[in-house]
Amino acid sequence: MSRPSDLVQGTLDLLLLKILALEPLNGWAISQRLKQVSGDILQVSDGSLYPALHKLEQEGWISAEWKASENNRRAKFYSLTRLGRRQLQKETADWTRLSDAITQVVQLDEV
Amino acid sequence: MRMEHWLYKLPLRFRSLFSYKSVEQDLNDELQYHLERKIEENIAQGLTPEESRYAALRAMDSLAQRQEECRETRGVNGIENTIRDIRYSLRTLRKSPGFTTVAVLTLALGIGANAVVFGILNALVLRPVNIPRAESFYGVQQTSGWPYQSYPDYLDLRDRNRSFAGLAGYNITAAGLDTGNNPSRAWLYEVSGNYFDVLGIQPYLGRFIHASDEHGPNSAPYVVLTYAYWHAHFGDDRGAVGRVVKLNKHPFTIVGVAPKEFRGTLLFFSPDFFVPLVNEEQLEGVSYLNDRGKRQVFQVMGHLKAGITPAQALIDLNSIGSWLEKTYPKDVGQRAFTLGRTGLPGDIFAKPVREFVTALMLLAGLILLAACANLGSLFAARASDRGREVALRLALGASRNRILRALFTEAALISLIGGAVGLWGSVLLLRGLSVWQPMPRFPIHVPVTPDGNVYAIALALALVSGILFGLVPVRQVLRVDPYQIVKAGSTAKVGQRVSVRDVLLVVQIAICAVLVTSSMVAVRGLARSLNGNFGFEPRNAMLVETNLSMAGYAGDGVLAIQKRMRDAVAGVPGVKSAALVDNPPLVEGWNVAFVFTDQTTDLRPANSVATAVRYAVSPEYFDAASTTLLVGRAFSQHDDKNAPHVAVVNRLFASTIFGSSAKAIGAYYKMKDGARIQVVGIAEDGRYTTNIAEDPQPAMFLPMLQSPSIATWLVVRSDRDPRQLGEALRTTLRGVDSGLPVYVQTWIQGMDGALFGTRVATVSLGVLGIMGAMLSITGIFGMAAYSVSKRLKELGIRIAIGAQPKEVLQAALGRAVKLLLVGSTAGLILGVLASRVLAHIVYQATPRDPIVLTGVVLAMLFLGIVATWIPAQRALSLDPLALLREE
Repeated sequence: MSRPSDLVQGTLDLLLLKILALEPLNGWAISQRLKQVSGDILQVSDGSLYPALHKLEQEGWISAEWKASENNRRAKFYSLTRLGRRQLQKETADWTRLSDAITQVVQLDEV
Repeated sequence: MRMEHWLYKLPLRFRSLFSYKSVEQDLNDELQYHLERKIEENIAQGLTPEESRYAALRAMDSLAQRQEECRETRGVNGIENTIRDIRYSLRTLRKSPGFTTVAVLTLALGIGANAVVFGILNALVLRPVNIPRAESFYGVQQTSGWPYQSYPDYLDLRDRNRSFAGLAGYNITAAGLDTGNNPSRAWLYEVSGNYFDVLGIQPYLGRFIHASDEHGPNSAPYVVLTYAYWHAHFGDDRGAVGRVVKLNKHPFTIVGVAPKEFRGTLLFFSPDFFVPLVNEEQLEGVSYLNDRGKRQVFQVMGHLKAGITPAQALIDLNSIGSWLEKTYPKDVGQRAFTLGRTGLPGDIFAKPVREFVTALMLLAGLILLAACANLGSLFAARASDRGREVALRLALGASRNRILRALFTEAALISLIGGAVGLWGSVLLLRGLSVWQPMPRFPIHVPVTPDGNVYAIALALALVSGILFGLVPVRQVLRVDPYQIVKAGSTAKVGQRVSVRDVLLVVQIAICAVLVTSSMVAVRGLARSLNGNFGFEPRNAMLVETNLSMAGYAGDGVLAIQKRMRDAVAGVPGVKSAALVDNPPLVEGWNVAFVFTDQTTDLRPANSVATAVRYAVSPEYFDAASTTLLVGRAFSQHDDKNAPHVAVVNRLFASTIFGSSAKAIGAYYKMKDGARIQVVGIAEDGRYTTNIAEDPQPAMFLPMLQSPSIATWLVVRSDRDPRQLGEALRTTLRGVDSGLPVYVQTWIQGMDGALFGTRVATVSLGVLGIMGAMLSITGIFGMAAYSVSKRLKELGIRIAIGAQPKEVLQAALGRAVKLLLVGSTAGLILGVLASRVLAHIVYQATPRDPIVLTGVVLAMLFLGIVATWIPAQRALSLDPLALLREE
């Protein structure tokens, strides 16, 4: 499965969960939101977004339902499940630990 | 995984699996929505609608692959894809019926051969006897591998051992059964009273015989019928229990019927009924119940007590053995025991069967190997033919994974179909074998009905071999560069020049040549052994078996009726000579006797110089049997009870005991009963006991008048047609005594048992040889046909520019023929080496036989011609114009 090369392995899941934790969104809206919040730094290709979403859905972390979209067309909206919320907490904690550790290393004073 | 997890997952999985269409629709809609929004965005940024569309699709980075990735997340993709792959494979297989047929048949042959042989192995070697707690059930045999014990020894073993919960014994014999007015020969076990209780089985009707029924000789006139005999001869009449029938004219009461699945404790030999061994005298006319020297109890067996190991039991038995040796030195030689299986009693019977079946299993393995090599090259050829298709699919976005899976599915399908066909064939064959009666006079059958084990093994073999070799072309597929192939077109060569295929084909042909060689060696061996020298001439000789005890003869009456019978038969027109013998050689049974030197006074078995096969014959025997007397004289009517004891011995006897024939003539030896016997003649060596391949043994012929025997056969030499002569003999003997059961057969027919092993070996090897031949035909054919079809265009051009048929053939088939030659040569050499092993099974089998060697060469040549015929025709009949137009 192709992954955006500039995203740390596994972080796409975290980003998606976090975005969906705020409100249910459809795929298109998620891609827009990603660009928007990360200030275009985290580019997720349109191609890899959907397999990732489907994976989360199959894991039971997000659930989908068809609703009218903002422009009144039918679109598939994803929202976080209870399991997903738990997963988000776990992944957030993991991420914080990891990034703290990396920050520590990076900030070591060179002699 | 946690429960809650599955609460979310399961409905999704089910939905993906069972509403595939709507899930797919959702996926499409979802991606479509995204694309539309993207296009709108692009248009808003000022691109043309056309450009916007392309840009949107590009951003998606191959829509089809993304969809496939989404599908893969569903987890049930595997199942779905498998179903798709199966459909697809079935379709492609249908489109290439030639490949499918050859591959399925090849595998079916391999699997069939193995299922049959494994079925036999399973039934004869692996499956325990059909009684409760069979795992702790053992037979007691002598260290020599013979199962026999004498009755008094049996009683001592039974009563003195502390290891067995009980020891039962039985003996096999035939008797005339008269249920009213139809005396007929039936086979029975004479069993010890505890037989059924030791086995631990319950009667179907009535009761069994018990130890409490035995009160000395002839005290228990009871019969237990087998279910089959009760069903066939008493029409399932429950009233049969309690009826009185006559056995050899003695009244016996039917007390019970054994359960349906119990057919005695031997694998091959199912008796008609069971009678107590203590009534032996009534059944056989003689009783050996008190004769410690007569090893007549065929098998002694029982369950080990709980917690006793076979090794402990052996120590126990052998201490009884040495006690017997010390206590009865006059009758008992060495007594040492081992434990064995009971279905094939004693290693002497079990070992050759085991060895033979193991050898067969090896050969069947070779067949499978050849079939697999064949399959491998077929699949490799097919894969390289489909290089272009594979390349296209790769270019269109199929993952290599997916392509390999298709390959795998195809291999699995071929193995399943091939395995099923092979198994079906083998089940038919095994069923046939099970009802086959190799020797119609004896209740002998080969119980090889296939069971679950056979099915499981066949299926496993089919899958493993089919898939393993179906995946030979994996490397080929993995290295495919779609760009190169699509560019180069269909004639591009995929794969290397000396391919795996060539190697596989050579291996396969070599294996087949080995099989063909060994089957030819075996067939020649059989032919030779039938024409061999047995020390008598079985051709143009009839045997008449009589049963004097069934007719109630005993004592001096025996000698009188024997003389009357012989004289009557000698008078039948066309009979050149007629003689009496107690047991003709190589037919049903034989007697052995200890031989002592003339100087020996302590005639205990341990002091004997040899054991010899012992015959009691009338004076005309050497004439009637065509046994050549080398030195000395035959017997005359004057060698009777009142004359000095004389014997004719064979050459081996003479040289073993006396050093040479010259020293033997006129010399004396002693028998165990103290009789001093003078050698008056030396006969040629012969074959005597069970098997035409037996080792030479010493033998002695004694005058019947001096060694009376109630067992009586007539040997009749005549050139008359056996059927007519047989009728005449029966009529004549009815005139002598109408109540005397007689059985007439040719001596060759009588040797069925002795030839059985050789025949079975020859037939099995012959069948395996034919299978090998068929496999090499399919292998060479596949290779040749493939190489012609691959080079159609080239051949067409060659023909168009004037190539001669010879050159065309060389171009088309040169390689196939070369491989055939290499393979056959290797196979022939291996086959000749392997055939040395065969000499142990098939008498007179030798690979250094010009006929065998030329036979193999011719056979392989013939196979090559047959296999390349069709492809050669195709190559020669090419129409270059049509071909060039096509491209």
